[in-house]
Amino acid sequence: MTLALSGDEIAATLGGHFPGSVIEASKSHLLVKSESLFDIASYLKTAPGLDFDFLCNITAVDCFDYFEIVYQFTSLKHNHGLVVKARCHDRSNPVLPSLVSLWRGADLQEREIYDLMGITFQGHPNLKRIFLWEDFDGHPLRKDYL
Amino acid sequence: MALKTESFALNIGPLHPSTHGVFRMRAVLDGEVIANMEPVFGYLHRGIEKLAEERTYTGVIPLTDRLDYLASMSNNLAYVLAVEKLAEISAPERATYLRVILAELQRIASHLIAVGAFVNDCGAFFTPFLYMFREREKILDLFEMLSGQRLLYNYMRIGGFNQDIPDEFLPALQKFVSQMPGFIDEYDRLLAENEILLARTKGVGILPQDLAVNISASGPVLRASGVKWDIRKADPYCGYDRFEFDIPTGTAGDCYDRYRVRIEEMRQSLRIIEQAMKQLPSGAVKSTVPYLVRPPAGEAYAHIEAPKGELGFYLVSDNSIAPYRCHIRAPSLINLTALRDMTVGWKVADLIVIFGSIDITMGEVDR
Repeated sequence: MTLALSGDEIAATLGGHFPGSVIEASKSHLLVKSESLFDIASYLKTAPGLDFDFLCNITAVDCFDYFEIVYQFTSLKHNHGLVVKARCHDRSNPVLPSLVSLWRGADLQEREIYDLMGITFQGHPNLKRIFLWEDFDGHPLRKDYL
Repeated sequence: MALKTESFALNIGPLHPSTHGVFRMRAVLDGEVIANMEPVFGYLHRGIEKLAEERTYTGVIPLTDRLDYLASMSNNLAYVLAVEKLAEISAPERATYLRVILAELQRIASHLIAVGAFVNDCGAFFTPFLYMFREREKILDLFEMLSGQRLLYNYMRIGGFNQDIPDEFLPALQKFVSQMPGFIDEYDRLLAENEILLARTKGVGILPQDLAVNISASGPVLRASGVKWDIRKADPYCGYDRFEFDIPTGTAGDCYDRYRVRIEEMRQSLRIIEQAMKQLPSGAVKSTVPYLVRPPAGEAYAHIEAPKGELGFYLVSDNSIAPYRCHIRAPSLINLTALRDMTVGWKVADLIVIFGSIDITMGEVDR
């Protein structure tokens, strides 16, 4: 079984390295500040004992007050996983750091979120619409679309 | 005097038989060699994730059929597992075993197309493809017995199945399982040491192991690069830990390894089906589930080892009868991330072979 790591325990480890960066931690996930997302992700990727070498899935959820971006990290080495979340409160210009320089698997997935949910990933090498055409108006997966 | 040369752009697709649907590639060529390549997506985008938000949980199942339309049963399975996780429903034992049987049959059917189309792309014009279709037809007959459909089955339900298998299904399945190893051997005799196939695929389109992990590749593409990662073993669902089977892996990560892994996986799937048939318990095929499923507010992610790789559904519920958010982790899309790295430096004819060896379905890429 892929062991689902508890957000609480990881938060305790992260607290020493990145003080104040964890907003909320529970058994199922870890909610981090969007400014420190990149640093935390690169720590998770290489920290001994964690070794999250596989970015399994990225998705975004429109919660009206904010966008929630959900990252699912997996370690093929240790067979464990962790869910990390970040939030964007600015609806008019939601921005997050891109993780493509760490995991290239984020490339197409971040483009998909940019296209359908309208979140800009700073540092993405080729951030443009993926499914819809360039001059398409709006982002269909947002709840206020239509 | 040096000849003046100039690179030029070649548009491949979206409507071309070797693009396996409506995939478009914009290749920049230097003579016959690919200097740059950019995939263009979206010609089959139907907005399935958005459509799912206004349907009941059961009503989404037909939409999942239309993702990877060559492996509808696997899509059904991943989705119902996600809903069952979200709503804390469990399927009866008999249904779990039947799901394993159907998922493995579907894997064989999908790999038959994958290998057939791949060999077609290598230039073996339709002869091997029709050999593969001959056997796939038998699987489609089996599925038609169950669901009345040959491609988009809509057979699985939240909490099990709508109806039990008919009496004639198991004898027909037994006949198929006993015949199929002979046919796989036949493919192997035709293809495995075929000189033309070896020349076209050995050492072509190499995906190194570290890159395969870094781009989140999954399924046969990841395993051909030498990573022993199969969700059926790593994170067993539907009781896969009760069956004995091996995970075939490659070493070089080239097109030939991807082909070999698929052939071997078919044999392993047959092993699993045989065991599941022996252990198949009797009893109900559906647990008691309300007509309209209304899961508690929360979220769930369920993933399975679909024929193309890790297929996952991320569902968010707000305690209504429709999913608040339904995200599909599509292996076909993510496996294409490294297409540029795999093709640059090869010739146009190799581009078709490399692309064919990844095995994608556009319904799942564009959704």
